[in-house]
Amino acid sequence: LVFTEEDKYGLYSNLLFKYFLAEGIVCGHDLFVASAKEHPDNILKELPAPLLDDSYRKELGDEAAAVKSEDFQDSMKIAWRYQNLPKMETSPTTYTKFGHYYDVSKKMSPELCQSVKLHSFYLHEELPFEPKMKTWNMNSGYARLLQSIQRIISQGGFDGSDPQKKQRNVLRIGIQSLGSILWGDDVCCSDAPEDPQSLTKFLYVLRGLLRKSLSACIITVPAHLIQNKAIMERVTNLSDMVVGLESFIGSERETNPLYKDYHGLVHVHQIPRLNSLICDVSDTKDLAFRLKRKQFTIERLHLPPDLSDTVSRASKQDLAGSAKLLSSGCGAMAIGKKHLDF
Amino acid sequence: QGKFTLLRDTRTDGSFLVHHFLSFYLRAGCKVCFVALLQSFSHYSIVAQKLGVSLAAAKERGQLVFLEGLKSCLDLLFGEEEQPGQPSPLQFLSRSPCDLRALFDFVRVSLSATGGDSWKGPVLLVDDLSVLLSLGAAPVAVLDFIHYCRVCVCCQLKGNVVVLVHSNEDSEDEENELVVNSLCHHSDLILWAEGLATGFCKDVHGQIKIIKRLSLRQAAEQDLVQIYQYKIQDRNVTFFARGLSAAVL
Repeated sequence: LVFTEEDKYGLYSNLLFKYFLAEGIVCGHDLFVASAKEHPDNILKELPAPLLDDSYRKELGDEAAAVKSEDFQDSMKIAWRYQNLPKMETSPTTYTKFGHYYDVSKKMSPELCQSVKLHSFYLHEELPFEPKMKTWNMNSGYARLLQSIQRIISQGGFDGSDPQKKQRNVLRIGIQSLGSILWGDDVCCSDAPEDPQSLTKFLYVLRGLLRKSLSACIITVPAHLIQNKAIMERVTNLSDMVVGLESFIGSERETNPLYKDYHGLVHVHQIPRLNSLICDVSDTKDLAFRLKRKQFTIERLHLPPDLSDTVSRASKQDLAGSAKLLSSGCGAMAIGKKHLDF
Repeated sequence: QGKFTLLRDTRTDGSFLVHHFLSFYLRAGCKVCFVALLQSFSHYSIVAQKLGVSLAAAKERGQLVFLEGLKSCLDLLFGEEEQPGQPSPLQFLSRSPCDLRALFDFVRVSLSATGGDSWKGPVLLVDDLSVLLSLGAAPVAVLDFIHYCRVCVCCQLKGNVVVLVHSNEDSEDEENELVVNSLCHHSDLILWAEGLATGFCKDVHGQIKIIKRLSLRQAAEQDLVQIYQYKIQDRNVTFFARGLSAAVL
């Protein structure tokens, strides 16, 4: 369960969301898109086109963005995606066949979109809540969504309930802007929401559904609007992976020379620790992202040397451990350094 | 025997302690009731195998009673009407007055000695308690539940209770902090896993504070506090004194 905290204007998290869905289509997974904001059909029309041309990849060279994906074997499935892994091609042999590249400036062709089964859930077009489920004690929009997901999972045989189906496929679920007022939940508007547990209950049940079936899910949430931090803590506990995107638009960091090459920061708050005592620990936690004309890349945040403006990008996105984030500390230190005389 | 152990984590994931206790008690031959609210059975099973214990086999021979919270919740919400004689342990999810009585009954029934049992002391293991708050239980209900479990398991059945909670220093989750602080006061042993205050480190994953609450049982005794640092590996966790990690030496 990948939980993404949206950046303030939702630009970049939307992009991440679309990458997730696009990768699903290219891998032949079934898709389920839910939203209360935009009609899912519109979302699906705007997915980036995959770059399937080998020669183009070689051309990109150092700055190529690679996408990684991993699937588990059994009926308990959470596949998580590390999107946009920039790789420094020190030698051509290090290229791994993991995932695909995307060109953000082009849209995915409709034929490719139609090649997989698409399920959509647009809150405002859904039927009202069935009476049988009244005892759920949850926001009706969320409950309806859960019902819908559960129905697709059992009908599509993703939970192994259909022994006839020999070929097992993965269901990718994307839920956009959960928790926003459009879902009928006021957790983003008020300090003391009416039903603070709806969101956490929803996540718990969703987690159960994902664990039970071959599915992976990405959720984007306008976390900056949630006043009640307690809810964010609980939500972090209930998710496998939590990533926050902080864009520099409109903030003072936009003009900070430290960040001039980037459009925002990636905060990895939590990474999954499934099936093992340890998790994939990396040596850096400072990650930033950039949106170029054709690519969206996430790189290790490198403090530029004081002397010159060129930054060396030795980038490979690793996943961070679960301790306090140091990036703000680093930033402060670097600025301090500039004023020191050596 | 009859001890309440609190596992607490701050800024890090203390679930390795849960895995440890699970395999520890199973290997010791105790009857274990594991209320696993956060992860699926196969997750624990795979890790336990690395630690040398088979959960499936333990379940077969009746040594382990496993409540898989996620699955139970789905059965409750999407399954058919519940049988009258078998209320779901998580039925507080769909009831308005959220009390955890059904969950307690489940625990009590699982650990009460039945005829042919030859297991040493019963053990209740909960992973993790903070989830109950997220699911709508009030903090008082959670504390009541723990209290009942203690009375039943520790006092009546002379067994042990081990519970995992999450906490944060500057947490804004008051309900959670209330539960955690209250439990701290009533625990015999507190194992507190914390992320390092100086930030993230590859070789030292965190530090663990072991607090033996001698003051609980005997007045005028001081609590004993020990602090170690640890590093988690694939099948093992190594502990060492502060500042003496293998990377430094």
